Amino acid sequence: MSTYDARFRVWRGDQDGGDLEDFTVEVHDGEVVLDIIHRLQATQAGDLAVRWNCKAGKCGSCSAEINGRPRLMCMTRMSVFDRAETITVTPLRAFPVVRDLVTDVSFNYAKAREVPSFVPPPGVAAGEYRMQQIDVDRSQEFRKCIECFLCQDTCHVVRDHEENKTAFAGPRFLMRVAELDMHPLDAAAESGLDRRRTAQEEHGLGYCNITKCCTEVCPEGIHITDNALIPLKERAVDRKYDPLVWLGSRIRRRDERTT
Amino acid sequence: MATGTEPHTDTGVRGATRAAIATRTLRTDRWWLAPAATAGGLLAFIVYSTWRAFSNSDYYAAPYVSPFYSPCLAENCVPMKGGPNWEIFGSWWGLSPALLILIFPLGFRLTCYYYRKAYYRGFWASPPACAVAEPHAKYTGETRFPLILQNMHRYFFYAALPVAGILTYDTVLAFRDENYAWGHMGLGTLVFLVNIVLIWAYTLSCHSCRHIIGGRLRHFSKHPVRYRLWGFVGKLNERHMLLAWTSLISVALADFYVYLLASGAFADPRFF
Repeated sequence: MSTYDARFRVWRGDQDGGDLEDFTVEVHDGEVVLDIIHRLQATQAGDLAVRWNCKAGKCGSCSAEINGRPRLMCMTRMSVFDRAETITVTPLRAFPVVRDLVTDVSFNYAKAREVPSFVPPPGVAAGEYRMQQIDVDRSQEFRKCIECFLCQDTCHVVRDHEENKTAFAGPRFLMRVAELDMHPLDAAAESGLDRRRTAQEEHGLGYCNITKCCTEVCPEGIHITDNALIPLKERAVDRKYDPLVWLGSRIRRRDERTT
Repeated sequence: MATGTEPHTDTGVRGATRAAIATRTLRTDRWWLAPAATAGGLLAFIVYSTWRAFSNSDYYAAPYVSPFYSPCLAENCVPMKGGPNWEIFGSWWGLSPALLILIFPLGFRLTCYYYRKAYYRGFWASPPACAVAEPHAKYTGETRFPLILQNMHRYFFYAALPVAGILTYDTVLAFRDENYAWGHMGLGTLVFLVNIVLIWAYTLSCHSCRHIIGGRLRHFSKHPVRYRLWGFVGKLNERHMLLAWTSLISVALADFYVYLLASGAFADPRFF
């Protein structure tokens, strides 16, 4: 097993200020960036704050920016870097910093609460839900989300414009709206909730300019833009901007839930 | 006076509550290369197509008609035997007839979900690349005029279908020789064939097409045919970016090929 010394620059500080600190730290074969951060904690910076949990890319806790790119520290192998390069690790730059590599991601939980949850179909008891696999395939792709919030972090709508945080839910929660709107049993429409209209009017779908950064950073490989955001935009067009669809729904009076 | 493009200092990644990092990005890769190449490619096409669209010459060399001038809707069009001459606009139209038809493919590509990404990144730096701070002080995305008009994309898709159909007709006409006898083929026929395959593949891989074909359904199980078609369009859609570029290049090459023939710079090699 080979070892070498890597050069790291880690952001240290809090909301009152901070800076990148240089470290030289030992690296072993097969290690990931989170291992190195832990070694720093153990040997050189005992008070370094870092949020982590599963070390398996499934809990979404160790999100950070490595060489300026939003990534999970536990899923970033040291072998992808040149041994001579300096690796920079910073907290997520879209959210308020708490300390060192830990940020306050409560924005995301606030946005999660703004999305009305699944509306159970009337007359069908829990346990009696029946759905065909091809009807839930689309929604199931979105259920792979581990809520690491890397997509929320990289989305320039809120990353570069703090003022948009009020109006814009972000890719993760627009994907949640898409998931529910595609759900074969969701009875939101019957209860008077139009998810397509509210995606545009309440969750800020129009702010998305589909530049695909959310898809690029997703550690689960979810096609957020192509399979959730653009289909949701098209559904919003059905509802708000396409007079032919509107006319068709008036003439045929087809029950939306059955199509 | 604020122009809306001044570097911002108190919001975004340099906001008071964010980690205090002065640089707009810490990315170490050549993140600028992709948007620069995209902008360069699009700019080259814009310059070329503008020149060709306004030139109003060298767009027909029997049996080939440039895709920029098909269908030819004005009276000032060159007569094309059996070709797409439909004088809907009569004699009052004095400008290049290409301008009458190019508005549709232009609108289709301008509102295309892939090209939007390309020019928002390449020309408007919104954002220039992922996790690279954009230079604009304000951002409203596609919520307001004029960008809210991007929602018209499906109407341009509908318009792109007959245009692709007419270009298919032109490709069939390319199986003639210069004396309009059928059953012949030249290098130009091959150029037109490749172009029309790419045009159709790009048109059908459109996100609006995917939605119209089946994406808007809630129960695929009740619409097995549309589900199959949706899957087919979905597979094409995965290559939408590739098809956007290849069809853009092929349509320009097809036009340039006709220009070379019509201007006498080149003679069409005949296969049979």
